[in-house]
Amino acid sequence: MRREIPLILTATVGIVYIISFFIPHRPFGSVETLFSDWILIIAAFAIWLGALNLLRVSADKIYRKKKDWFYALVTILSFFLIAIIGFFFSRGSHFQDVGTSFDYLYRNVYNPLSATMFAILAFFVASASYRAFRARSWEATLLLLAAFFVMLGRVPIGDMISGFLPENIRLSAVATFIMNIPQSAGQRAIMIGIGLGIISTALRLILGIERTYLGGD
Amino acid sequence: MNFFDKLMKIDRRIIFLFVAAAVILPFFLSIHQKILISPEVQGLYDAFESLPPGSKIMISYDYDPASAPELQPMAVTAMKYCFTKGLKVIILGLWPQGSIQANMAIESALEDPRVKEKNPQYGKDWVNLGYMSGNELVIQRMGTDIPVTFPRDYQGNPVEDLPLMQGIKNFSNVDFIFNLSAGYPGTQEWVQFAADRFHAKLGAGNTAVQAPGMYPYLRAGQLVGLLGGMKGASEFEKLTDFEGKGTKFMLSQSFAHAIIIIFIIIGNLAYFISRGVKKK
Repeated sequence: MRREIPLILTATVGIVYIISFFIPHRPFGSVETLFSDWILIIAAFAIWLGALNLLRVSADKIYRKKKDWFYALVTILSFFLIAIIGFFFSRGSHFQDVGTSFDYLYRNVYNPLSATMFAILAFFVASASYRAFRARSWEATLLLLAAFFVMLGRVPIGDMISGFLPENIRLSAVATFIMNIPQSAGQRAIMIGIGLGIISTALRLILGIERTYLGGD
Repeated sequence: MNFFDKLMKIDRRIIFLFVAAAVILPFFLSIHQKILISPEVQGLYDAFESLPPGSKIMISYDYDPASAPELQPMAVTAMKYCFTKGLKVIILGLWPQGSIQANMAIESALEDPRVKEKNPQYGKDWVNLGYMSGNELVIQRMGTDIPVTFPRDYQGNPVEDLPLMQGIKNFSNVDFIFNLSAGYPGTQEWVQFAADRFHAKLGAGNTAVQAPGMYPYLRAGQLVGLLGGMKGASEFEKLTDFEGKGTKFMLSQSFAHAIIIIFIIIGNLAYFISRGVKKK
């Protein structure tokens, strides 16, 4: 039964969702609504599971003195610091309001740290672009040209440089053309491929062919 | 190894230094850049403009501080515009940090004298429904019943007590949805569920990395408009006449892009010259 019940649940929910998409009326619409409520509740529990798992993995790392265990200690301390301040020292359910201790930590610690981590990406992108965009082949040259036009055409300096040209062949116009036509076509092809993959995986799950999510073979 | 070989293998820290200079120096310069409006930003602005005062807009803040430098200027401008135009704003977040980012955007918007003049009030002019876990399922559930999906606002007040939420049942009672997104769940999910299934009118603001993936939706009319990265933010600021951080930081972005292009040109010149020297 440990395998059969999840398989039946998956098949039932999957079939109901498919039917209710095409026939959003009773009884399918209301059953779908019921399932959606259940999923929202399960998703809320999943957050707690994720938090507890983070603590468990970090505690294990510290206990076994694994490589970089100190960072795991920082993770646990930060976790409890923000949780305690959020729960007990930030006006209860108003903890997200401007001026609370939670808000202070969010703005002055979490916010700049997150932005810094993401900003570092710009430097790596610059370095990687320097090495990757070489006209070694026909395909690489195409990529290089697209990068050139889009990078300059998407910032005002591009139009300053190409300002002497007619409006429809300025860098911004070329960048817009690349984004709207070849780029969109490529994106569509990828989306259709992903969509077909999702459909086949969903059917395999609903029909019980794909069972790896049960943790077995 | 000749000079050009060395140039091709330049220490990445030198590139980092140039990029840092390109980002920081423009803060001290006062160069005015002409910002041209792209069709996708114009489309979004036109959608906002077509709404009469009193219309109800839903803004979903689906990002965290990592993407705030690009998306927060859009959020602040959108809030300023809505408040001055008398649009009623329903805020929510499919990312846990979303509702806090919204509060920060509102705080910035309220500092503007034109917004202060209108004196927008919580509950009447805007509400913040907070974060709800469940990703796209939250959107789908809102399609049938918003008050059931969000029974309380971010402070724990029952939504039926908020004047703005009176008469709001599902997306058919919302005039426009504006999604600010940095990934999953985000614009793609809003298109698939709110726009496609429940026929909601949808516009979006995305990070520059994510925006190219949204062009097929834009071309198909599933999105009425799109703000892509800081460039999109600066164009929106120009259209709405609320010049802010998007416009201010565009100079840094212009310089950074120019530096990268210069390095790419140098790298390619070195590559071809080095290859020519070796052939000889």
